[in-house]
Amino acid sequence: MTTRIPMTAAVALLALTTLSAAQAEDGYDAPASWPSPVVEHNMGMALFDRLEYAVPDKGEEALVWDFQAWYGGDVNRIYLKSEGENVQGDGEDAEFESLELLYSRLVADFWELQGGIGYQGGVFSDDHTERTYGVIGLQGVMPYGIETDVAMQVSDEGDVSASFEGEYDLRLTQRLYLQPRTEIAVAASDVEEFGVGEGLNSVRVGMRLGYEVTRRFAPYLGAYWEKQYGDTADLSRADGDATEDTGVVAGVRLMF
Amino acid sequence: MARSRVITHPLSRRQILKGGSALGLGSAAALGLRPSWANPWGQSNVYSKGVEEGPEVALAIRRESIPIAGQQARPISINGTSPGPLIRLKEGQDAVLRVTNLLDEPTSIHWHGLILPPEMDGVPGVSFPGIAPGETFTYRFPVRQNGTYWYHSHSGLQEQLGHAGPLIIDAADREPFRYDREHVLLLTDWTFEEPTSVFRNLKTAEGYYNFQERTIADFFADVREKGFDATAEMRGMWAKMRMSSRDIADVTGSTYTYLLNGHSPEENWTALFKAGERVRLRVINGSAMSYFDMRIPGLKMTVVAADGQPVQPVPVDEFRIGVAETYDVLVAPEDDTAYTIFAEAMDRSGYARATLAPREGMAGEIPERRQIADRGMEAMAAHGMEGMADMAGMDHSNMQGMDDAGMAGMDHSSMSGMDHSGMAGMSDERSNMNANGMLAAGTAQPGSRYDQAGIGIDPSERRMLVYRDLKAFTPWPDRREPERELELHLTGNMERYIWSFDGKKFSEVTGPIHINKDERLRLILINDTMMEHPIHLHGMWMELENGQGELIPRKHTLNVKPGERVSALITADAEGSWAFHCHLLYHMDAGMFRVVKVS
Repeated sequence: MTTRIPMTAAVALLALTTLSAAQAEDGYDAPASWPSPVVEHNMGMALFDRLEYAVPDKGEEALVWDFQAWYGGDVNRIYLKSEGENVQGDGEDAEFESLELLYSRLVADFWELQGGIGYQGGVFSDDHTERTYGVIGLQGVMPYGIETDVAMQVSDEGDVSASFEGEYDLRLTQRLYLQPRTEIAVAASDVEEFGVGEGLNSVRVGMRLGYEVTRRFAPYLGAYWEKQYGDTADLSRADGDATEDTGVVAGVRLMF
Repeated sequence: MARSRVITHPLSRRQILKGGSALGLGSAAALGLRPSWANPWGQSNVYSKGVEEGPEVALAIRRESIPIAGQQARPISINGTSPGPLIRLKEGQDAVLRVTNLLDEPTSIHWHGLILPPEMDGVPGVSFPGIAPGETFTYRFPVRQNGTYWYHSHSGLQEQLGHAGPLIIDAADREPFRYDREHVLLLTDWTFEEPTSVFRNLKTAEGYYNFQERTIADFFADVREKGFDATAEMRGMWAKMRMSSRDIADVTGSTYTYLLNGHSPEENWTALFKAGERVRLRVINGSAMSYFDMRIPGLKMTVVAADGQPVQPVPVDEFRIGVAETYDVLVAPEDDTAYTIFAEAMDRSGYARATLAPREGMAGEIPERRQIADRGMEAMAAHGMEGMADMAGMDHSNMQGMDDAGMAGMDHSSMSGMDHSGMAGMSDERSNMNANGMLAAGTAQPGSRYDQAGIGIDPSERRMLVYRDLKAFTPWPDRREPERELELHLTGNMERYIWSFDGKKFSEVTGPIHINKDERLRLILINDTMMEHPIHLHGMWMELENGQGELIPRKHTLNVKPGERVSALITADAEGSWAFHCHLLYHMDAGMFRVVKVS
């Protein structure tokens, strides 16, 4: 069941994007056998915005990724997004915090409306609790150049949560940049298996200093602070985990 | 020669050898790499036999390894050179141009600026189906004009690979100026990347090629110069729009090597003269994406033709040449010394350079390069209205120096571009109206900035050519007032690299733009983007209404600056379908293209 939904969705999405390409027909009366004077092609790109090794003050060291890829035209695109981590030394495989397949549509110059399905759980393993969810979000650039991704998730159990991510590039030189970023998670109900409590779950604030060796390859160093709130913090306390932590990261930003 | 190559004319071969031996180049193979028209003695009209090349020309299109700027490269060649050979025709001839496609994909040649039958215009999908691999297409058309033009592929992104060359038509009658020698100066922008990669980079990563972005150092420099409030206000406005005021060229010197006659600045291609001669320079911007500012320090240049058409002489120190434009200038070097021909890219990320010298092996001084400018209010206004309320309240004295050139030139005519109901020039307009209630033919539209050269130019530094200077010798034949106005907005989404007319890409429109046969049309172009766009109409002249009344110049390509409103009169005498597009290659490919149908 959980695998069939993504498959159907993917086929439907592909059909949509090919449709938009097929619509790219000539707007004038040349013989049908002639080519179009301007041909549009679908494109794609993939980005590890963060691929980093995190060394927290209190928690476990972990390999963390934040990935997205898209394929499509100017307006209609398919996105694959994933965030996750592999906690070092816990004897468990890596975990997808999210793995999402989304249909995305440009709704304003700087904004894409995105919707699709997501999965949380182990990467090719059942080391972690699993769930699937539907997601709807808005990705784009806010005035003042803040790159933003807000999304609301509804799980297969009907649990509702929402997330906000924002980051900003401050150019120190043509290649050196400072990137503050924020993540905020909230939930409408308790989901104990995932350590989620009702209300504001967590806030994470980070700062990265990167150097663009090329536009496609930028190693960086950074630090972050995170804190859990309310019921979420209580759940962590009950597990004996810290509710506030700081850490340092080293990683690369990779674009393909 | 090491490789076999098609040499069309014995004359070309002779010139290659002459040019080569004069240069003292070592290997015969190296000689072939030099387009024959780029030989250092130029085409002198004293030796008239060296001029005739038409009316029958055969051209073979290949993709082959030819070094560029001393590096391994794989451009598209035409008869073995890239850029291609000079095609020289004579007014009154019936040209027969046989183009053989030896590529593994379709190709085409468009004769840029030529008035010819629609099926000979060379735009695949508009004038003909294109030239399939292995096929030869024969272009036949009567040559009914003279001057400096060029030719290039109109298929995909081939132009970026060097599929272009100069096209000169000698006048049947005497031209309104005299000269002793002439040289062709073809500017191009070469990249070692594949054009499809360049396009993908533009589409998927905004600002990919811009390595002149503002940094915090620029911010503090501005604070020192203009104070914190003014700086913060200006930067805040740009940030709010999510735009870069340094977005002047999409593709820059970070990937481009700017070439003059196919040669990099280091190679220092040399054009020869004898002191006291009057030299005609036929300057063609055959770039895919780059505007240039050209000057020859130490020499006054007299502009005598624009887009192949003669204009009343304008002495200038420098001129900006938009993509696809051509200018003919006369220079009269008196001294037995080397002069640098310096063409700086508009975003200052690089330059093309050659030398005008009495002998080989000389080099003039290379001028100091200018810094990139920040775009000013006119670009912001073009982009849209978000910042407008703030702007109205801005103290203009604070703005001084933000963009010296742009600001200094700010006047009410450009303000009215922001707000068309604007007050400026209203009374003027009424007195200038024709019987149809439109502005009289030749009148500059409110919102035009024909007296400004554009971004990054300090008018106090030297005498720069502006569109206002261009003045025909005699009125063009059609003296009718416009019967109809056709307004088109130049539009785009920079973040996504979508470019369009009236907010619609080519793929989003149904049907061509209709023009009635033989009507006198006023085309009004309003640039709603913050980039310059060189707009090219195939098949018909555009008479640029630069305020010169009945002596307005005619052009095939019009540069429209950010926020500007530009108009041109068109005599729709060319029945058929014609391409109409932005001549920035990747803008066109992204959708800034329309078909115009005259019927």
